[in-house]
Amino acid sequence: MFNASLKQLSLQLAEKKISSTELTTEFLKRIKEFNPKYNAFITVNEEISLTQARAADKILASGQAGPLTGIPIAQKDIFCTKGWLTTCGSKMLSNFVSPYDASVIERFNQAGAVNIGKTNMDEFAMGSSNETSFYGPVKNPWDIAAVPGGSSGGAACAIAARLAPAATGTDTGGSIRQPAALCGISGIKPTYGLVSRYGMIAFASSLDQGGPMAKSAEDLALLLHVMVGFDPRDSTSLQRDVENYTRDLQKPLAGLRIGLPKEYFAEGMSKDVESAIEKALDEYRKLGAQTVEVSLPNAPLSIPVYYVLAPAEASSNLSRFDGVRYGHRAKSYGDLADMYRKSRAEGFGAEVKRRILIGTYVLSHGYYDAYYIKAQKLRRLIAQDFAEAYKQCDIIMGPTTPTVAFNLGEKSGDPIQMYLSDIYTSAANLTGMPAMSIPVGFGDKTRPVGLHIIGNYFSEAQMLNVAHQYQLATGWHLQSPV
Amino acid sequence: MQWEIVIGLEVHAQLSTQSKIFSGSSTAYGAAPNTQASVIDLALPGVLPVLNKGAVERAIKLGLSVGAKINSPSIFARKNYFYPDLPKGYQISQYELPVVQGGNIQIQVDGTEKNVRLTRAHLEEDAGKSLHEDFHGMSGIDLNRAGTPLLEIVSEPDMRSSAEAVAYAKTLHALVRWIGICDGNMQEGSFRCDANVSVRPRGTEKLGTRCEIKNLNSFRFLEKAIDYEARRQIEILEDGGTIRQETRLYDASKDETRTMRTKEDANDYRYFPDPDLLPLEIPQSWIDQIKQILPELPQARRNRYVSAFALSAYDASVLTSSREMADYFDATLKQLPAQAKLCANWIMGEISGQLNKEGIEMTACPITPTQLAALLARINDGTISGKAAKTVFESMWNGELDKNVDALIETKGLKQISDDSSIEKLVDQVLATNAQQVADYRNGKEKSFNSLIGQIMKATQGKANPAQVNAMLKKKLDG
Repeated sequence: MFNASLKQLSLQLAEKKISSTELTTEFLKRIKEFNPKYNAFITVNEEISLTQARAADKILASGQAGPLTGIPIAQKDIFCTKGWLTTCGSKMLSNFVSPYDASVIERFNQAGAVNIGKTNMDEFAMGSSNETSFYGPVKNPWDIAAVPGGSSGGAACAIAARLAPAATGTDTGGSIRQPAALCGISGIKPTYGLVSRYGMIAFASSLDQGGPMAKSAEDLALLLHVMVGFDPRDSTSLQRDVENYTRDLQKPLAGLRIGLPKEYFAEGMSKDVESAIEKALDEYRKLGAQTVEVSLPNAPLSIPVYYVLAPAEASSNLSRFDGVRYGHRAKSYGDLADMYRKSRAEGFGAEVKRRILIGTYVLSHGYYDAYYIKAQKLRRLIAQDFAEAYKQCDIIMGPTTPTVAFNLGEKSGDPIQMYLSDIYTSAANLTGMPAMSIPVGFGDKTRPVGLHIIGNYFSEAQMLNVAHQYQLATGWHLQSPV
Repeated sequence: MQWEIVIGLEVHAQLSTQSKIFSGSSTAYGAAPNTQASVIDLALPGVLPVLNKGAVERAIKLGLSVGAKINSPSIFARKNYFYPDLPKGYQISQYELPVVQGGNIQIQVDGTEKNVRLTRAHLEEDAGKSLHEDFHGMSGIDLNRAGTPLLEIVSEPDMRSSAEAVAYAKTLHALVRWIGICDGNMQEGSFRCDANVSVRPRGTEKLGTRCEIKNLNSFRFLEKAIDYEARRQIEILEDGGTIRQETRLYDASKDETRTMRTKEDANDYRYFPDPDLLPLEIPQSWIDQIKQILPELPQARRNRYVSAFALSAYDASVLTSSREMADYFDATLKQLPAQAKLCANWIMGEISGQLNKEGIEMTACPITPTQLAALLARINDGTISGKAAKTVFESMWNGELDKNVDALIETKGLKQISDDSSIEKLVDQVLATNAQQVADYRNGKEKSFNSLIGQIMKATQGKANPAQVNAMLKKKLDG
């Protein structure tokens, strides 16, 4: 049951081999047993989860069920969830019970899914190791000395440790793909604008995108179908026809042109990751695809560009956490300015403060043109590089991360080293393109390696097809640490 | 030294949309605190703004009315600063590329026309309110107003006196009401002025250092604050001092301005394009549609009144001071063509006077244009005198006899005596009983004539047609 795919679970529920209540109870039991070890969940609420499961059982009995009805899904604690503590991994929101549902939560509720709990994450999604969470770091189930990646580390861990069949994540610079890679699971960040950001606590609005995390590409396709859709409450939400993301899963890959950016196969990638990626590419060649070298000359600038734009937006987005209306407020303070200072100094962790400072600096009078405007121009150049590359290939591949999961504490004292773990992933956020990570083997210390698949805009169905064909031919996605 | 005062105004006009600029909450004034604050207005984590099309439409209306350029795309930007009644920690406003760019407003001061250039007009959201009085040692925050749509209309420093500034503010006030984008209620803060004031030696080009006076919520305060501020600056300069650039507040109770903040402690607002709102594209077809529904503008109507009805420039400008008054005039005139001056006099005199006295708007006027026209028609055809008409008017205003003009004239016995035989009879009677005065008149005592008229009017309780009485008496005495 814990290793079953969403399709299998759905079938078992439909055939009454198991009820949603039983399924939910089993996962809740597992969470109870193993969460102390992994710290994947911030909040579990058995009562609400079981109430939802019982409601799902009624729908199942009535024959009105959809593919996700009754299936437990873990929700990243960045999605506002009515009646649930919604912390975003921060002390600032450690007392915030949301009075409303995010669009993503609404859509899962409408699909009849069961919310199995709120997953741990880097504070305000700022981090690549889950070490910045106010609720403590998440452990990598493959090796509890290792980080699970971040910021959606709790979600990735929960799936890898089989504490949930699937989960939601959000990705601003790699926050779905990097933890998916480090925990050996699959995750996709869709094209910017496909998944509504309403109710998803903003880190960097022009980069943030929600997406699903699961054991396989096939599962991702089912989840994506629920998550994608126009939302009039989000002005950046795209109005497009509903797509069936499973439609192309079975297509053969013969003739597929895979672009390999030379900048992504250069210095910085560790040997163990390189060898796993090469093997995966060999597998694709066996499946009939051909590989071509492409160039993304400005892609190496993604990290500096990202670390100007994301903090700039974050510094403004996080201004609302001022202790006035909700969230943490200092116990004692002098005047108004002192209340702001103390509440924010106490409520935010070091990484969040660092980014607010950087963002405030780059937007300041006299620096704006040199940093913010310059970064926006480079952002456009990076997008042009990809547009050029897609003239020679259908899809782009490379490593998701330069190394396998590092140890807890290994990089937490060195922000630059930490930021470099997003070196391959942030370009997709800057350009808005869809990108995913799937497990393709193991590197040093038997820690997972992720293959990064970047598609052109709105090519999610094709990407899922490319990932699914690989997963049909190999078994890496079925490997489990537990 | 002769000093020249240089003034530019920034006006915040609250747009008359039913809902807020980025949320669906009501904009109605006066509700209990925080009852019109949704999750979006409260800036809960995760909420997003969605632009109200009606606010954009109103901004375009203003732009078209002042001959401005409508920018497309237009960009919304975040103005970042901390304040308890600013829930997001930033105000969504516009910085580069406002919706409305440029434009002109014609003002009239002492009978002369002057052009004031507009710099821009941009959309933004209002903040909430901090309430300091009702809570001991604490402040209350009311977010009902947070997110109310504002159009900030910025002029060039083209005004040279407080009178010009007031004329500009009044013209703009009338215009925003005329085109129906703002209710103009200054008590409720729907129309607020900030004045940028500087002085320079007359004849020089270079602008002096300016001070901005905030939140002037009446035309009188605007005038007094500018006069005070100009005097203050001139005194400093004449004493050899320099002006410090700062923001000042006008204290009406003391009639003075005082420092609110100096340039040194001004915020760095860190403007940047709001990533939650896409660049606003305004298609020409939409602009064209709005052009179609825009009413005839005050300037055009003023010119029409002068050229088509031969009204004076003064009358035309009073009648077009509000769209309601101009519409009332047009409707009255429609019933009584060719009597423009008579209609204008009564609307500017009796109607306006009563409205002012009772403090009500033209829209609440108890007498309809048709009813007024019926009354004026009776003056015009000689049925009643102007004086009697005022009596009828008063009765109509108070709702007597359901405002039927002819019935009122009848009941009140105000009908003018205008048939020649009755008049002749009256004159003969007076002549017969006042032999002495008739003799006096004939001996050159002109005054006696008036005394005789007075007696006739008295005898008829003023109902005799004065012109006819005059003519008849003259005929009899001189003839």
